[in-house]
Amino acid sequence: MIVLQQLINGLQLGSIYSLIALGYSMVYGIIMLLNFAHGDIIMVGGYIALLIIGAGIHPALAIVAAIVGCMVLACVIEKAAYAPLRKAPRISLLITAIGVSFFLENVAQLLLSANPRSFPNTAIIPTVSFSLGSLNISLTTLVTLAVAIVSMALLTVLVNRTKMGKAMRAVSEDMGAAQLMGINVNRTITFTFAIGAILAGIGAILYCCKYPQVKPTTGYLLGMKAFVAAVLGGIGSIPGAMLGGLAIGMAEVIVNALGYTTWADAVVYVILIIVLLVKPTGFLGRTMREKV
Amino acid sequence: MKKTLALVLALVLCLGLLAACSGNKGGSTAPTAAPAPGGATEAPTANTTPIKIGYLGPLTGGVAQYGIAVQNGVKLYVDQLNAAGGINGRQIDLVSYDEEGDATKAITGYNSLLDSGVVAIVGDVTTGPCTAVVAEAYPDGTPMITASATATSITYNADTNTVYTNMFRSCFIDPFQGETMARFAYDVLKAKTAAVLYDNGDTYSTGVYEYFVSKANELGLELVAVESYASGAVDFSGQLTNIAAKNPDVLFLPIYYNDVALVASQAADAGLKATMLGVDGWSSVLDAVTDTALVEGAYYCSGYSAADTGALVQKFLSDYAAAYNGATPNMFDAQGYDAAWILCDAIAKAEASGKTYGSDEYKAEIIAAMKATDSDYVTGHVSYDDHNDPQKTAAIINIVGGEEKFWGSY
Repeated sequence: MIVLQQLINGLQLGSIYSLIALGYSMVYGIIMLLNFAHGDIIMVGGYIALLIIGAGIHPALAIVAAIVGCMVLACVIEKAAYAPLRKAPRISLLITAIGVSFFLENVAQLLLSANPRSFPNTAIIPTVSFSLGSLNISLTTLVTLAVAIVSMALLTVLVNRTKMGKAMRAVSEDMGAAQLMGINVNRTITFTFAIGAILAGIGAILYCCKYPQVKPTTGYLLGMKAFVAAVLGGIGSIPGAMLGGLAIGMAEVIVNALGYTTWADAVVYVILIIVLLVKPTGFLGRTMREKV
Repeated sequence: MKKTLALVLALVLCLGLLAACSGNKGGSTAPTAAPAPGGATEAPTANTTPIKIGYLGPLTGGVAQYGIAVQNGVKLYVDQLNAAGGINGRQIDLVSYDEEGDATKAITGYNSLLDSGVVAIVGDVTTGPCTAVVAEAYPDGTPMITASATATSITYNADTNTVYTNMFRSCFIDPFQGETMARFAYDVLKAKTAAVLYDNGDTYSTGVYEYFVSKANELGLELVAVESYASGAVDFSGQLTNIAAKNPDVLFLPIYYNDVALVASQAADAGLKATMLGVDGWSSVLDAVTDTALVEGAYYCSGYSAADTGALVQKFLSDYAAAYNGATPNMFDAQGYDAAWILCDAIAKAEASGKTYGSDEYKAEIIAAMKATDSDYVTGHVSYDDHNDPQKTAAIINIVGGEEKFWGSY
C-alpha cells in the first residue's frame, strides 16, 4: 500500500515536471533553443499569483493573471531577446537564454527580496484529503493530475488537429520550406513560446499549491529538472516530454523514499548523463541529421 | 573655470570647518567626562576610570541582524548599569568592533579590542568566528561570553580534549535542544513513538537530531521512522509518506522555519496526524506557514519567549521597548542582555576581590566568578557545567489557535 502511495507522490511531482518539460521540448523542436529562462517564467507566474491573491483579489482571477502574465512575458522575451538572433549561431541564442534567466532571477530579487514568500495555496485548493483504505490522496494531488492530463490532451489536439499545430509541425520540420509554403514563421514561433508559457503558468500554480513557497530561485532547479525530463523523453517530442517528466518525478520520489536523500538531485543529473551517453535521442526523440 | 575653483575652495573650507568641529567635540568631552562621576569626593582612594569591556560581532554583512540584536541587548544592560552607578563606582565603557561575520576579521577585532584595553569581551555572535577567536583568547586568558554561538565546539575542543575555560555563553547548546525535546515528548506529552525528519546538509539540524535520537533511546521513546532531506529540497512527500505509514505520536523537525512551512503543508497531504515538535529555528514559523492550522498544536523550544509572564522577562520587555522605540526584543536581544549581565556580575566580584584592574589575576577572577554563576536571568536560570555549557531551562512555545503561547520553562 505504501508503494502505491509513493507512486501517487511520484505521479504528482512528475506531472508538474511534464507540464514544464513540454515548454522546453516544443521550443527546442521549433528553433533548436534550450530556453533556460523557461524555469524562471514559472517563478514569475508564482509571484504574480501570490501578489494578486495577497491584494485580496479572487484566486480564480489570480490564476488567470498568472497564466496570461507568463504568456505575455514569454512572448516579450522571444521578441526582445531571441528574435533578433534568429540568424545568429545557436550558441549565441543559448547564452542569451542563460542571460535572460539570470536577468529574471535578479530582477525578482531586487523587487521582492531573496526571502522566500509563503504562497496562499489554501486559497486555491483547500487542504482536504480522501482516504481509500490506508491510501491517502489530497485534493491537491487529484487537481494536479486532472489539470495536467487535460492540459496535455488539449495540447495534443492543438498540435495534431489544428491549422496552427500543423504550422508548428511544419516549421519544426524545415523552417525554410515552411516559409516557402506561405507559413508565417515568426508568428508560429511566438505562438509556440506562448503555448509553452501557458503550460508553465499552469505548472507554476500547481507547483506552488504543492510547495507553498516562492523565491527568486524557485524556477532554477525546477527548470533544470524539467530540462532533464525533456531530454530523457527525447527533446523535441511532445509525448516524450510527458513521459520524461513522469519518469523524473517518479525517480526523485523513489530515491527520497528509499532514504538516499542526498542523492535525490544527483540522480536526476546522473539520468541526464546516462541518456546523453547511451541514447541521446531519449525515449521518443528522432535522430536528426545535421543539416549541411 | 573661476566659478568651479571658487566652489571647490568653498567646499574645502566647509570640510575643514566640519573637521574642526568634530575635533573640538572629541577634545571637549574627554576631559569633562573624567571628573563627571564625581567619585573623588566620596572615596578619595577609589578608582573612577571606566571599566572597559568589548563587544565583538557582525554589525554589517549577511548575519548582521543577529549581531545588531545582540549588541542592542548588551547596550541596554550596560546603559542601565551605568545609570545605576556602574560597578564599584566605575562606569562601564563598551567598545564595539564590527567583524562583518568573518572569522579572520574577528581575530583582528579581538586583538584591536585588547589593544584598546578591554578586560573582557561579549562575543562573538556566530559559531564560525567565535571558534576562531576562542583559540586566540584561551591562551591569553581573556574572559569571554557569547550570547548566541550554540555549537559545542565553542567551549570544548573534542580533538585535543581541551575545555576553553575562559569562554562562556548565555544561550543553550545544540545538543540541549535535542535532548530537551526528547524528554518533553516522553515525559510531558507521554509519547510512545517518534519520527524525525531532518536536513542532512545542515550541521545544526543533524547535530540536534543526533542528540534527540540518543536521548530518545535512553528514555525508551521508540523511533519508528528517521528520514532526512538534502538542503534546499522542496519535495518531502516520499519521506512523509514513509513516516505517515508508521503513524508516530510525535514528529520531531529540527529544521528552520521556511522548511517547516513546506513540510507542514505536505504532512497534511500525507495524512500525518503526529504532534509536531520543533527547535529554536522555528521562531517566526507562523509568518512562514500559509495556514496556521497546519502547525496547530505543535511545540518548539526557544531560548526565550516574549510571551513569558515572569517578572524578569516582563521588566526586560518594557525596558527594551522604552530604549528602542517600542520594539519587541527577540531571542538574540534577550541573550545579549543576559551575556552582559552575567559578565558584569562577574566583573563586580573581580572588583571586590581587590586585584589590580586589567591584570591577569583580575581576568582570572572574572573567569572564576562567571564559572560560579548560579542565578536567574531573563532567559532562565543559568549555571555552568564542566565544559562551561550553561545548565539552563528552555522556553517551550505551544501553537494554539494560530498563536504562539508560552507553555512554560522546561
